[in-house]
Amino acid sequence: MTRLHLAVALDDTGWHPASWREPGARPAEVFTARYWADLVREAERGLLDFVTVEDALGPQSAAFHLPDDRTDQLRGRLDAVLLAASLAPLTSHIGLVPTTNVTHTEPFHLSTGIASLDHASRGRAGWRPQITFRAADAAHFGRRTTPQLTAADLRDPELIAARLRDLFAEAHEVVEAVGLLWDSWEDDAEIRDRPTGRFVDRDKLHRIDFAGEHVRVRGPSITPRPPQGRPPITVLAHASTPYELAAARADLVYLTPHSRAGAVTELAAVDRARQLVGRPPGDPLLAFADLVVLLDDRPGRAAARLRRLDDTDGAQYTSDAEIFAGTPGDLADLLLDLRAAGLDGFRLRPAVLPHDLAAITTALVPELQRRGAFRTGYEAATLRGLLGLPRPAGRWAPRA
Amino acid sequence: MKQIHLAAQLPSVQHHTVWSDPRSGSQIAFDSFERLARTAERGRFDFFFLSEGLRLREHKGRIHDLDVVGRPESLTVLSALAAVTTRLGLAATVNSTFNEPYEVARRLATLDHLSGGRAGWNVVTSWDAFTGENFRRGGYLAEADRYTRAAEFLRAARTLWDSWRPGDVLADASAGRFLRDGAGRFAHHGRHFDIAGRFTTPRPPQGHPVIIQAGDSEQGREFAAADADVIFSRHSTLEGGRAFYRDVKGRLARYGRDPADLKIIPSVTYVLGDTPAEAAERATELGRAQVGPQTALMLLEALWGRDLSDHDPDGPLPRLDPRPDAVLTQGHTEYRKGRAETVRRWRELADARGLSIRETVIAATARPTFVGTARQIADAMNEFVQTDAADGFVFVPHLTPTGLDELVDRVVPLLQEMGVHRAEYTGPTLRDHLGLKPPRESRDRPAVKEFR
Ligand SMILES: Cc1cc2nc3c(=O)[nH]c(=O)nc-3n(C[C@H](O)[C@H](O)[C@H](O)COP(=O)(O)O)c2cc1C
Repeated sequence: MTRLHLAVALDDTGWHPASWREPGARPAEVFTARYWADLVREAERGLLDFVTVEDALGPQSAAFHLPDDRTDQLRGRLDAVLLAASLAPLTSHIGLVPTTNVTHTEPFHLSTGIASLDHASRGRAGWRPQITFRAADAAHFGRRTTPQLTAADLRDPELIAARLRDLFAEAHEVVEAVGLLWDSWEDDAEIRDRPTGRFVDRDKLHRIDFAGEHVRVRGPSITPRPPQGRPPITVLAHASTPYELAAARADLVYLTPHSRAGAVTELAAVDRARQLVGRPPGDPLLAFADLVVLLDDRPGRAAARLRRLDDTDGAQYTSDAEIFAGTPGDLADLLLDLRAAGLDGFRLRPAVLPHDLAAITTALVPELQRRGAFRTGYEAATLRGLLGLPRPAGRWAPRA
Repeated sequence: MKQIHLAAQLPSVQHHTVWSDPRSGSQIAFDSFERLARTAERGRFDFFFLSEGLRLREHKGRIHDLDVVGRPESLTVLSALAAVTTRLGLAATVNSTFNEPYEVARRLATLDHLSGGRAGWNVVTSWDAFTGENFRRGGYLAEADRYTRAAEFLRAARTLWDSWRPGDVLADASAGRFLRDGAGRFAHHGRHFDIAGRFTTPRPPQGHPVIIQAGDSEQGREFAAADADVIFSRHSTLEGGRAFYRDVKGRLARYGRDPADLKIIPSVTYVLGDTPAEAAERATELGRAQVGPQTALMLLEALWGRDLSDHDPDGPLPRLDPRPDAVLTQGHTEYRKGRAETVRRWRELADARGLSIRETVIAATARPTFVGTARQIADAMNEFVQTDAADGFVFVPHLTPTGLDELVDRVVPLLQEMGVHRAEYTGPTLRDHLGLKPPRESRDRPAVKEFR
């Protein structure tokens, strides 16, 4: 039986907007290091491949495209890269994958931030670049405007993508520039050559001279090449334009199928995007499915919990991803079925923390292990190693 | 007796770091940062500091290859250090020219939350187009505007920190209220920034992270007097220190502040020996390790604005006239201004003492240093502080990561015995360590000054 990969997406007190009101939730602590340390240690006990940390340049909102003034849901967050960095010394194997925007932040800063996370974690950093799609967030910078999505746009991911096409074009450039900066130091650039007094071999440091439509960076980076060479890039995608971003620039794409047939369709769309951007067939691009999960051992209990959470929130919870409420055994069945459709792994979004995370680590993982479908110990020290991705040679490195 | 404030810096990109020493470790591995930070915390230092440089230096059009180079992004490293330290303040330089207030404010607020109130920010103003080439907007800032942008940047950041009031996070599950109405709402309309909306990050534990200023110009001093909690000064002779101290502390009243509201701490290093003679000998060795023949010529060329590669580093200074406006070295702030004057000083020094090129460079560029036995160093530090030449020091050891060990093991205990340095931390936050009041709210501050 082939194994599958498992990641969890950590966000606030869980993905359900009423999760902060659950017994066991720690809403007053979400801005403390200890809260996150407890969660990521639990994820590492479960031998998960990585955790992602969500982020945005504006507060959370119930509406996809607009800010809101609600005070009955959790609002506020910490910078995801820094939060991930604070988790690095407390863990030893699990990958740490922060989300950052690529619309307002300088590629130079993004590059050094993720590279530094990789250095601090000794090769366990990943990155989830994301465009900043809320127009209101642009006013936090005051330098430019970005498109304001309308209610009509929201009906279809393709309509959204069409409106945001320019931001995706810019994202391609930013991700490309970041990768070039990671490569701008060859792995062995530091020589400490005492006879000549040279600390570095300047021939192994490269200006990148990147000049796109939106972005210019001279380079080289100030940060030596990260331990993984390039930390894995992961992209969440729901439509053709983001599939192309993933196909062109990512190591891993998160899809949101709602059925096995949906998974087949989305994987085919990713394949088409691969062809369109000319990605070589041998170049691995892992596909994960995102699922919101509510897990309880007793049949029916998770569904009842979801209804109760919805009642508390006063609205039925909806998500881009499938919402799964059931037993860990049922979820194992579903994951293995989707795995057979061609997915490499899953990013589970716990609806309630720590409840659904603990259910993943203490019930789902053992269930998958029993079926021979999940690791029983960490087999590698880097995130690339866990994902089975090779360490890339630098673009300027001499060919062996 | 005044208490001595102590900070430590991981030595960064300059010729003072002796990378050729067999004990010299990695400048980039997290272990090195952790080791230095833990040592500083063991010595009950106020804070650990990381500097910033956003482009690799170039000399004669090529990347400068003689000094330690390559550094991580500071706030990322400090966030990781927050997890392995408990009391030590964690401060970083973040440039106000190549960043935006919203991002910097949320990153510093994040570090303050993750560390339980230990964050500090050195607001620097380097503006040059050379560095600007690494950023979308390039080198757009005129030198004259850098402090007006910095002052407005800091004001905008304070507005963002003030946008969440203490206690805005209610997290009241039974009532279903997570936060107070309007938490995070902000607007700042100014010449450099015109921003409004909602800030993501609740009020930092310190209110505002500790603000540090490192700059010496008239505008820099005024900016610090108006707005900073700490100054990294360059003045580390007793006379120079006292003059600077008087000048800057004298400016505070104009902003409704007390002299104690701003701590002045020059950056220094130390060379310790069991006897004065041994210390002096080690200091001489250190100078030669820091300034090899290639480094001597490179620094001379930077100053002279000429290729001098055919000169003998052990020979006399060049007879050629300098070209003080020619820029051979980029990304190096020290050789920006006053070069003609510096050349005159170097010539005088060489003539008076009959020094070679290399000896002149060693003598002229040595970082201010306490040289002596542990007792001598402790006494000298104390004299500085008690006579108002400084409020403390930032120690920049020349070895990574063990360079602070001797200071913490041998000098700090003497300071503690003298009653001028804490034996235990008395509070949890960096503001506590520095003895600072809670920050003044942005709305209670005078309007942004035009620093011209
Ligand atoms: C102790 C000290 C530390 C400094 N650290 C940095 C730094 O980390 N990054 C940087 O770009 N500039 C740094 N600088 C340079 C100052 O920011 C620079 O001198 C300033 O922009 C010029 O201000 P002034 O003209 O008021 O002196 C430092 C200066 C001093 C004195």
